[in-house]
Amino acid sequence: MADTTTHRTPSEVENEAKKILLELLARKDSITNKDRMKIPPQLMPVQPPETRRKNYDEVALGYGPAQAQLEALRCLNCKNAPCVDGCPVRIDIPGFVKAIADGDFQLAIKIIKQNSLLPAVCGRVCPQETQCQEKCTVGRALKDPLKSVSIGRLERFVADLERESGKIQIPEVKTETGKKVAVIGTGPAGIVTAADIRREGHSVTVFEAFHKPGGVMIYGIPEFRLPKKIVRKEIETLEKMGVEIITNFVVGKTRKLTDLLEKDSFNAVFIGTGAGLPKFMNIEGENLVGVFSANEYLTRSNLMKAYDPKSDTPFYPAKKVAILGGGNVAMDAARTAVRLGAEEVHLLYRRTEVEMPARIEERENAREEGVIFHILTNVKRFIGNDDGILIAMECLKYELGEPDASGRRRPIEIKGSEFIIDVDTAIIAIGNDSNPLIEQTTPGLKVNKWGNIIVDENQMTSIDGVYAGGDIVLGAATVILAMGQGRIAAKAINERLRKI
Amino acid sequence: MNKIKRKIKLSENVYRMDVEAPLIASERKAGQFIILSLDDNYAERIPLTIADANTKEGTITLIFQVVGATTKKLSRLEKGDFIDNLLGPLGKPTHIEKFGTVVCVGGGIGVAPMHPIAQEMKNAGNKVISIIGARNKELLILEEEFKRLSDELIICTDDGSYGRKALVTEPLKEICSKIPPPDLVIAIGPPIMMKFCSITTKPFNIKTLVSLNTIMVDGTGMCGGCRVTVGGQTKFVCVDGPEFDGHLVDFDNMMKRLNAFKNIERKKFEDECKLETEIKKMEKKNG
Repeated sequence: MADTTTHRTPSEVENEAKKILLELLARKDSITNKDRMKIPPQLMPVQPPETRRKNYDEVALGYGPAQAQLEALRCLNCKNAPCVDGCPVRIDIPGFVKAIADGDFQLAIKIIKQNSLLPAVCGRVCPQETQCQEKCTVGRALKDPLKSVSIGRLERFVADLERESGKIQIPEVKTETGKKVAVIGTGPAGIVTAADIRREGHSVTVFEAFHKPGGVMIYGIPEFRLPKKIVRKEIETLEKMGVEIITNFVVGKTRKLTDLLEKDSFNAVFIGTGAGLPKFMNIEGENLVGVFSANEYLTRSNLMKAYDPKSDTPFYPAKKVAILGGGNVAMDAARTAVRLGAEEVHLLYRRTEVEMPARIEERENAREEGVIFHILTNVKRFIGNDDGILIAMECLKYELGEPDASGRRRPIEIKGSEFIIDVDTAIIAIGNDSNPLIEQTTPGLKVNKWGNIIVDENQMTSIDGVYAGGDIVLGAATVILAMGQGRIAAKAINERLRKI
Repeated sequence: MNKIKRKIKLSENVYRMDVEAPLIASERKAGQFIILSLDDNYAERIPLTIADANTKEGTITLIFQVVGATTKKLSRLEKGDFIDNLLGPLGKPTHIEKFGTVVCVGGGIGVAPMHPIAQEMKNAGNKVISIIGARNKELLILEEEFKRLSDELIICTDDGSYGRKALVTEPLKEICSKIPPPDLVIAIGPPIMMKFCSITTKPFNIKTLVSLNTIMVDGTGMCGGCRVTVGGQTKFVCVDGPEFDGHLVDFDNMMKRLNAFKNIERKKFEDECKLETEIKKMEKKNG
């Protein structure tokens, strides 16, 4: 499998790209598809592992302009544009990539923003390899999806360029209609919905339970993968559009959802509260001191900045850490533990790496930073000392059996394979259930057996005028899928408001 | 928002603050709590029970004891200052109905969260017997309020400086032994007190509710830091509680979890106190 990152400095790789780019541009009108296929895929310069283990700064440093243009020139501009089908918000990918290839970076960001308000975020955290880039003709022709055109990195490049220029284009807002919409949650689903509704001139109020807006992009995804200043900037854009954001407001508690409709005269409500209820394993010892949910561990370090000595929020002095799970959140927790000074970080996953839901890049990053992977392994019970503090875990080895309902091969425990590993901290990252706060206080709101809100094809719930999208509907998924649902809901809400 | 309208020192290290929060004041019910933090970037989030509310004035009453960095900083705020972030009301409200005789046991600062519950129990037509306790006379709070709402009030101090020299479990046991026995016991206070209240009522088979105050980050079910073992099951204090059946709570595990960050916090707190002393010394010197 191809390497997609490099530890060489950004200027080194940029200079190399510049040379190739100049040669190509010299015969611009005669570049053939064959030439394009020969352009080396541009590697992402990243902080070397030994450096980044000790800091909280972003790992991926971003393309330079020559790298971006060169990478964009790899695009064959296929007529059928399979990449667009892979994008949940259907960005005009060939259009913006071509603009980059032409050196018109401003046009590129304009094209992206027609469909996505969060390009700097999505360029960083979307799983492009299973979406747009999975379908890329270049990757297919080279028989390696990692050699597809790096659409996400190009998106990031133009978004960063715009942000750093200080001249962010604020999407146009039509004349005020006097109609009001409430959006619950300031994560990806809520932001997109709010923006799309606001564009039509409706008044939008967004409610956030935490003291800072951004949802999972603030409390969940760490600084080293998604700098918080970027999220803040995206939220600012929303505010500049005239969207009102109210923090420290938990709908269902501070005010009932039905009150928003009946007493506060909102014409529609969108629920984008996310999948905020961490799953535990229901095994012996999981409430010992030293056992955390990934949500708690990450919230302490991201939102509450426990890694900073200035913070009042304490973090647990973990030296030997076990992470349980194989998703992106597990990788985030493992890499956070490394940065918070753990001497050893072990990641346990009960299937094999093929089934791991985490992105390849994140796995690669975690490994480089020294995280030790144990596949086909799971915890059986947590062992504590007399003070109720975690000191070890009893684990079991697994093998793969027949595929289960998810299509992945079912892990089967190997009898008698028990073994003990000494750890002082365990972080459970096996996913989230739906948060019940709104459901409990909203009679008539239908949910499925996992607590996910049931919606129709327009994202409308069982209550007329109440819509939902993102993880509260999908279960734990991705930023971009949440945005996709927010977009559909916004369209339906705009349609509805037109009629009243 | 969240302007401090009134501040009263109730005893050494215990303060009462009435804070402007009209929405919380109108929505809150007995048994619920809030989460607050004192700035957006580096402050921690801590849960505090709502001791009372005034819907006319749009205020809620918080009663807290200085035990760590955040309560220390909070105690330094004065009338007219603002609490940056205040979220609530959180948790499930107490189930109020006419049970018959309800014994309300409050210990230390736990007397504060007990207050609205005892009040509501009284309003629902229950006979309310209150037992309030503290280490000594100076630390006893809300005596007047409890005198007003209770059919019977028993005051205990550990050192006998006021009321009866006893732990709250002593009168509790006597009340439980009476015929007919009380219908419900509610105990709020230090975990060790709630544990022994539950042990006291267990042989009498009297339903006992306790209100848990665990470590929390978000207070909305998102982090699971507040989880406790209740009847062998993992429960979240913030969304499943804060009240649970005292006979089912694993108090030992809960107390250990409460101490998870103790050493780190104590060090921070002591460092800060030292700093404060140094600053005061310097100020004195500089006259």
